[in-house]
Amino acid sequence: MYKILKAEFIAPNVKSFIIEAPLIAKKREAGQFIILRVHDRGERIPITIADSNTEEGWINIIVQGLGKTSAHLNTLETGDHLQDLVGPLGLPTHIENWGTLVCISGGVGTAEALPIAAAGKAAGNRVISIIGARNKDLVIAENQMADVVDEVRISTDDGSAGRHGLVTDVLQDLMDEGIVPDMIVAIGPLPMMAAVSNQTKEINIPTMVSLNAIMVDGTGMCGACRATVGGKTVFVCVDGPEFDGHQVDFKELGMRQKMYKKQESESHKCFLERQMKKLKAEQVAEGV
Amino acid sequence: MRRKKPQSFNSTPIKERLIIPRQEMPEQDPLQRSTNFLEVNLGLTPEQAVIEAQRCIECASPTCMDGCPVSIKIPDFIQLICKEDFIGAADKIKEDNSLPAVCGRVCPQETQCEQVCVVGKRFEPVAIGRLERFVADYAMTHGNGSAKSTDKPKPSGQKVAVVGSGPAGLAVASDLIKEGHEITVFEALHEFGGVLVYGIPEFRLPKAILSEEVANLEAKGVKFVKNFIVGRTMTIQELMLDEGYDAVFLGLGAGLPRFMNIPGENLNGVYSANEFLTRSNLMRAYEFPEWDTPLYRAKHAIIVGGGNTAMDAVRTAKRLGADEASIVYRRSEEEMPARNEEIHHAKEEGVEFMNLVNPIEFIGDEQGNVISAKCLRMELGEPDDSGRRRPVPMPESEFTMDVDMVVIAVGNGSNPLISQTTPEIETNKWGNIVADDDGRTSMDGVFAGGDIVSGGATVILAMGAGRKSAAAMNEYLKTKVGSQA
Repeated sequence: MYKILKAEFIAPNVKSFIIEAPLIAKKREAGQFIILRVHDRGERIPITIADSNTEEGWINIIVQGLGKTSAHLNTLETGDHLQDLVGPLGLPTHIENWGTLVCISGGVGTAEALPIAAAGKAAGNRVISIIGARNKDLVIAENQMADVVDEVRISTDDGSAGRHGLVTDVLQDLMDEGIVPDMIVAIGPLPMMAAVSNQTKEINIPTMVSLNAIMVDGTGMCGACRATVGGKTVFVCVDGPEFDGHQVDFKELGMRQKMYKKQESESHKCFLERQMKKLKAEQVAEGV
Repeated sequence: MRRKKPQSFNSTPIKERLIIPRQEMPEQDPLQRSTNFLEVNLGLTPEQAVIEAQRCIECASPTCMDGCPVSIKIPDFIQLICKEDFIGAADKIKEDNSLPAVCGRVCPQETQCEQVCVVGKRFEPVAIGRLERFVADYAMTHGNGSAKSTDKPKPSGQKVAVVGSGPAGLAVASDLIKEGHEITVFEALHEFGGVLVYGIPEFRLPKAILSEEVANLEAKGVKFVKNFIVGRTMTIQELMLDEGYDAVFLGLGAGLPRFMNIPGENLNGVYSANEFLTRSNLMRAYEFPEWDTPLYRAKHAIIVGGGNTAMDAVRTAKRLGADEASIVYRRSEEEMPARNEEIHHAKEEGVEFMNLVNPIEFIGDEQGNVISAKCLRMELGEPDDSGRRRPVPMPESEFTMDVDMVVIAVGNGSNPLISQTTPEIETNKWGNIVADDDGRTSMDGVFAGGDIVSGGATVILAMGAGRKSAAAMNEYLKTKVGSQA
């Protein structure tokens, strides 16, 4: 069992977990992920490591409660335990001094982009962060990002923070101002990474994306996480998770991510019903 | 070396032994079992086991042992069954095989011990596998005989890391714990057993049997660590230099699924056999939504391949509720690598066999779900490298069939994780670790065996390789002590 040292919501439905994992903390590099199981009947899900501390022996993950497993995970509190935790998995991010590095992130992707932005800065790059979210409440890790990069720009779908628009609009603004990125790293929802890759392909700016695929073992044994990159099948878990965004077949990956949509909502519904029952039982118990 | 003939406990005259019919193992009814995941084979009764054991004619020069990759003392344990000393028989097997309940179930006895059984030359061979299974189960339900023994060997003070808890790793752990070494087994997944857990279905090898075998090893002092990926969580060098392991055994298995490289293979509903079986076996997807992991429940599932894995997958698809579950195999049934028993069971359960058929493309709908398979009919030509007749497409034989799930079961390559992280260990062009007959790799103190060396093979061959490595590791450790003294 793996102890949760600290759990707190950092945005609506988005929770940050500090988990005791000394071996993973010691080994982990930017861009790598872990696989966890919440309980003894749970599924295995991959989550990118946002931060870690070797001396204190913990890793940090940021979880958005979308499906059954992430919703269940987000009910866990400080002092609770995870059933299983394994890592670090995947290849670390390749970092070099490109010149100007623009880190584009959306949703919880910002937490995952943070270590890459920091490593990019440490390698000597001028680093600009573009953070996108639906609204201002969902902008996360803005301050931590500001601490490590040269400049942070924000866009929201509803205009409640930063520029009204999409991250691609901010990237266009940058270039209109005469800032030409030498390298772009995009991490976040698939449509966002696809849109950025599409935009940068035309103007020929190298763009690395961190793919989020359905996985089981995470060691290359099952092939659930296959994606097509440059016309070839890759396994995201061992060949990635980072790939050249201009080569990724986003349409295929998007369809693969929805493979279990029906089962996922069935499972989520069952979970919510169980939670409701539990809550009612507690209320009844308290009433007595 | 000539072995001493075991004491006979069989008073039946030889001629009469030969007319005793081979004892059939009771099975779950096919119609019933194709809707559940309970074990198909129910095991011999004690009476049946004694009768079957009496069929052994106690040859002067028995050949059965030569057919066994770990040379179980078959004549000896059979005589103990005649004597009705079932626990003693199980202990006799355990001298050479630490997982008899597993091997009694999944070994291809018909091509090993039973194939060379002298009785089998003119009659049906003695059912050695069924007997092994019977005594192992008997011992398990009757206190496990020697597993309870408390006499621990003198500690050697040396530490061995076993990487992978599949059949090869468990065999090494079992042999080396007896020598007094401190053994830690590292497993990447969250349950122990490797392919025995994620690959072989419950209806062929119940998980409870495996947990029992692991518990036995734990009781003997073997340490088991799950969720630990050697190469990622810690490298081999770190295990040896920082953690003080004196020797390492790599029993990683053949963990990299092969695909066919045809269009449409990344459509939703197309699985590798590894993924399909792991979801069902390790993750218990057949109990979804009580268990969280989902799996397609198909109307028409096709499984591409003709090996035991293909049979496991097609029988699993049937149990998950497929109206039709078909094997699609490019050669004919004669060339199928699967055990006859598995083919027979699959047929009984209503599995359709489409032999001499090869898919060339999978077609999907707008959401990317597979809806049909384009195939060619094949005929057999000249023999190829494997000695089997090569399948050749028949002209103008293309046809399309509706399918909503495909499982690709055409074998495994080698998992690249260790070679990625430990370039010191030599691998061949297929990515298999290069090791000599005793499992020595190119890195000092590091041994390897099982599928990661041989490529995809059987449980018992992996165990055999593990046992050879264990012996060599023991010698290596003794020399190491000697050189340090």
